[in-house]
Amino acid sequence: MHPLNRKLWRDLYRLRGQALAIALIIASGVAVLVMSLAAAQSLLNSANAYYERYRFADVFATVKRAPISVARRIAQIPGVQQVEPRIVEQATLDIVGFEEPVVASLVSISVPYRPTLNRLVLRSGRFPEPGHNHEVVAGEAFAEAHSMHPGSTLQALINGRKQTLVVVGLALSPEFVYAIGPGALVPDSKRYGVLWMGREALEAGYDLDAAFNDIVLSLWHGASLPSVLREIDRLLRPYGGVGAVARKDQISNWFVMNEITQLHNIARILPVIFLAVGAFLANMILARLIATERSEIGLLKAFGYGDAAVAWHYAKLIVAMTALGVLIGWVGGYWLGLWLTSVYAVFFRFPTLLYTPGSVAFAVAALVSLVATLSGGVGAARRAARLPPAEAMRPPEPPVFTRNQGAFYRFTDWLDQASRIFLRQALRWPLRSLLTSLGIGAAIGILISALQWLDAIDRMVEAYYYEQQRQDAIVALVGSEPDSITGDFLRLPGVIAAEGHRFVAARLHNGHLSQREALIGVPAGSQLEILRDDSGSRITIPPNGLLLSAKLAEMLDVSVGEHLRIEVLEGRHPVVSAPVVALFDTLIGTPAYMHIDALNELLKERNQTNAVFLLIDEHQHQRLFARLKTIPAVGSVMLRDAAIQMFHESVGETILIYVTFYTFFACTLAIGVTYNAMRIALSERGRELATLRVLGFYTGEISYVLLGEAAMLVVLAIPLGCLMGFGLTVILASAFETELFRIPLVVEPATYATATVVVLIATLIAGILVHRRLAHLDLIAVLKTRE
Amino acid sequence: MVAQTSAPASSAAEHRPTLIGSGLSKTYHAGEVAIHALRQVDITLYEAELVVLLGPSGSGKSTLLNILGGLDTPTAGEVRFRDHALAGASDTELTRYRRDHVGFVFQFYNLIASLTAAENIALVTEIARAPLAPAEALATVGLADRVDAFPAQLSGGEQQRVAIARAIAKQPDILLCDEPTGALDSRTGVLVLEAIAQVNRDLGTTTALITHNATIADMADRVLRFADGRIVDVQENAVRKAPGELSW
Ligand SMILES: Nc1ncnc2c1ncn2[C@@H]1O[C@H](COP(=O)(O)OP(=O)(O)OP(=O)(O)O)[C@@H](O)[C@H]1O
Ligand SMILES: [Mg+2]
Repeated sequence: MHPLNRKLWRDLYRLRGQALAIALIIASGVAVLVMSLAAAQSLLNSANAYYERYRFADVFATVKRAPISVARRIAQIPGVQQVEPRIVEQATLDIVGFEEPVVASLVSISVPYRPTLNRLVLRSGRFPEPGHNHEVVAGEAFAEAHSMHPGSTLQALINGRKQTLVVVGLALSPEFVYAIGPGALVPDSKRYGVLWMGREALEAGYDLDAAFNDIVLSLWHGASLPSVLREIDRLLRPYGGVGAVARKDQISNWFVMNEITQLHNIARILPVIFLAVGAFLANMILARLIATERSEIGLLKAFGYGDAAVAWHYAKLIVAMTALGVLIGWVGGYWLGLWLTSVYAVFFRFPTLLYTPGSVAFAVAALVSLVATLSGGVGAARRAARLPPAEAMRPPEPPVFTRNQGAFYRFTDWLDQASRIFLRQALRWPLRSLLTSLGIGAAIGILISALQWLDAIDRMVEAYYYEQQRQDAIVALVGSEPDSITGDFLRLPGVIAAEGHRFVAARLHNGHLSQREALIGVPAGSQLEILRDDSGSRITIPPNGLLLSAKLAEMLDVSVGEHLRIEVLEGRHPVVSAPVVALFDTLIGTPAYMHIDALNELLKERNQTNAVFLLIDEHQHQRLFARLKTIPAVGSVMLRDAAIQMFHESVGETILIYVTFYTFFACTLAIGVTYNAMRIALSERGRELATLRVLGFYTGEISYVLLGEAAMLVVLAIPLGCLMGFGLTVILASAFETELFRIPLVVEPATYATATVVVLIATLIAGILVHRRLAHLDLIAVLKTRE
Repeated sequence: MVAQTSAPASSAAEHRPTLIGSGLSKTYHAGEVAIHALRQVDITLYEAELVVLLGPSGSGKSTLLNILGGLDTPTAGEVRFRDHALAGASDTELTRYRRDHVGFVFQFYNLIASLTAAENIALVTEIARAPLAPAEALATVGLADRVDAFPAQLSGGEQQRVAIARAIAKQPDILLCDEPTGALDSRTGVLVLEAIAQVNRDLGTTTALITHNATIADMADRVLRFADGRIVDVQENAVRKAPGELSW
């Protein structure tokens, strides 16, 4: 081995603690990058494989009732490959042992089962047999939530008639990967499920002989999606079509793809921080090494090594540390990615999990890390290369401390000498001190941004479910009913208040921009749904015009005073123009509101409602629920408490995983930065510290000189970290913003405190690691040599 | 074999021993070979005397001084400071001993770069029991006007005098100097030696000084010559020369 390379290995061994700290920070960045990219890729591949194998449809459309012949005309639209007209209905279920009403989507299948589009993955049991109209296949998640298996029975209210159904099989479908119930924000397998039953049974149940109310289709490659959608809408309009939807807007798929986008966001934001800090530390360690090896550098140059050779020699050290980090990160990222993918796979119930990390993720991670650390080290290496041999052989100029250099030394005068030493040291290299503080601050910031999610969730629940939605339950009716139905509900046991609202499918247009959105009709003095402006005061519903959520206004590029074209997708499909009269902020969804009378007016109807908001006495739940299950007009019941619980459960679990990750990575960052800063301080000031020991200072006292500086930088890091945490939260909130959720910018004081305490503990560990070295300072060796 | 050490003839002091080292040995093991840095050395330093240690490189002078100063521990033998035995003392006890009783001056000045002359001294006086004021200590070594200078703003000789001032500011019982003039030219060296002699005379500090320069031996009460880990010769000077009279 070349002696210089041998020296390199020895340097690396000597600096192993620091090298490992840097490597671990780089590894964290690489791991996050590989993990999220690998999981995103695998998720996409798994979903696509699933979709392909089980023929997930490309277009979805619902209609009130259309004769089968229309389906044949749709099949003739250029670009359409295959169509499957179906019957999809909603029913309330009564499951023994489960008090609350359960909603199910009933989806027709052919009997005997003939797979076409959205094919079922039969997990157990069998498909319904001809002539057995009561046989159904249940969604696996739903069945598991209720411990149902082939042979179990349940009661369903089908078109007002109570029927006993027998589960004969459990299945998955690419259409219901993310099975979300009507009006729900997150999946709730206990209260919403999918049941597939024979077409004949549903035809009979809902009087849809030779007709369909839902159609899915696949397209040929290269088909023009917009023109197909247009054509379908044209064909279905006379039959009460509410607009065809492309796969990308299909709800289940939207959620799956949204998860993938979020993973890409994580890959974009977090590793940048780790790699920047890694680069800074690489620079620091190299600069120090070069300072201590000046004479060796001079010697090398005297021997005839060129500038480039010297620079490369030191760059190799960086490459070695980075390579170690990348390697650890690759392995860690590979496994974390596999784990994360399998978490998703279990959650989404993909029939087959494809873990396909793809070499791109690994290559990108390695390349980005190498570029980052090398650019961090390049300054130091270049300085080494530029040292003229003669100058290099001389010891470095001692750091110059003079009074007039900084009047700010004055303010240290009231301190004891030991404090002055580290304070002046820190002030002598303000940039380095600041960057160290920023590095530790970054750890605090990362933690804050992770813990903030919990605050944000609480805030979302508070704002949405308590401040805006004041009702205990929303009963969605099967169709619209006269307003007087609220009186009927008031007579049910336990109902304290009932209010009629109305939801109408519509498309809002502004020029070429358009958005499908339910128009929500609210009664003027609604007690059970209260909209607020950004100052928190109640908005009164104007008698005419639209009240838009700010996000929807942004998506449609419309402001107060301008008009939107409303294309109602129900009834006689009226198209009207209405002014936007006010905007309001909401964290969930992109709703649009109108006065319920104005909405009814739009449909040329009067006093109609299709959603009854209820305030319930919690002691009478059981009786009320039992009654609701028997009322034919009731389509579905959404309970606020259950919704909140599911929201916490599903979102909370994911967030807990991330908080754990972030805590681990932030601690690595904090320990790495502090440890490196202190080791370098120790290397620079070992001589002074030994001198203090000779002068009669105890180990504890010199440790104060060393750790005092670190403590000072950590203290400085706290406000910096809190600021960075808030900044990071802003960045993450905007990156993670979707049409469905906007993450509110709330960081509770406790979150700042927790993040700070965790990072303080991490830096304390670093302090202890370095402190142990102080006990072994070789006093005599130091005194024998000149620096 | 072992040279007898005896009370200084010329000293006016009461011949009370300050520091007694008896049977001091120090052995280093470098693989198979044992290096005997000190072999069974007996030494007594009396109150207020100035002893010069001479000897070739590697003969064990620094090793002895470090053991006497509580920086190092002997492999065998023991050190008594007044009526305290240092044998078996813990690191903390040795630190306390150095803090309370010993002043060190080394060839390399070992000043703290980020502290001014006065602050370097205050570093010690802040933890000492009966210290001189930093300004007073600096005046003793003739640097009264450089109180606020940082080490980088001082010459080598001046830095060494600050180091001496730092060593004596706590009014130590023993002042141990290891080649204090090693890095200085002769004129500057004389200034430094004068400072040491003055401290020894005025404060009555027991002083041991290592040098390679035989001429310097003339300023001592006693001269101990080292060879191969032993004291091989003791010379007592009837008259101490003032450092100003020395030249090399
Ligand atoms: N840490 C050590 N390990 C091994 N041997 C050592 C160690 N320290 C000193 N020695 C050896 O002990 C012997 C005495 O060293 P010491 O430093 O006391 O000599 P000295 O008389 O002060 O020499 P100089 O005049 O050059 O300073 C030398 O041979 C030296 O090599
Ligand atoms: Mg020596």
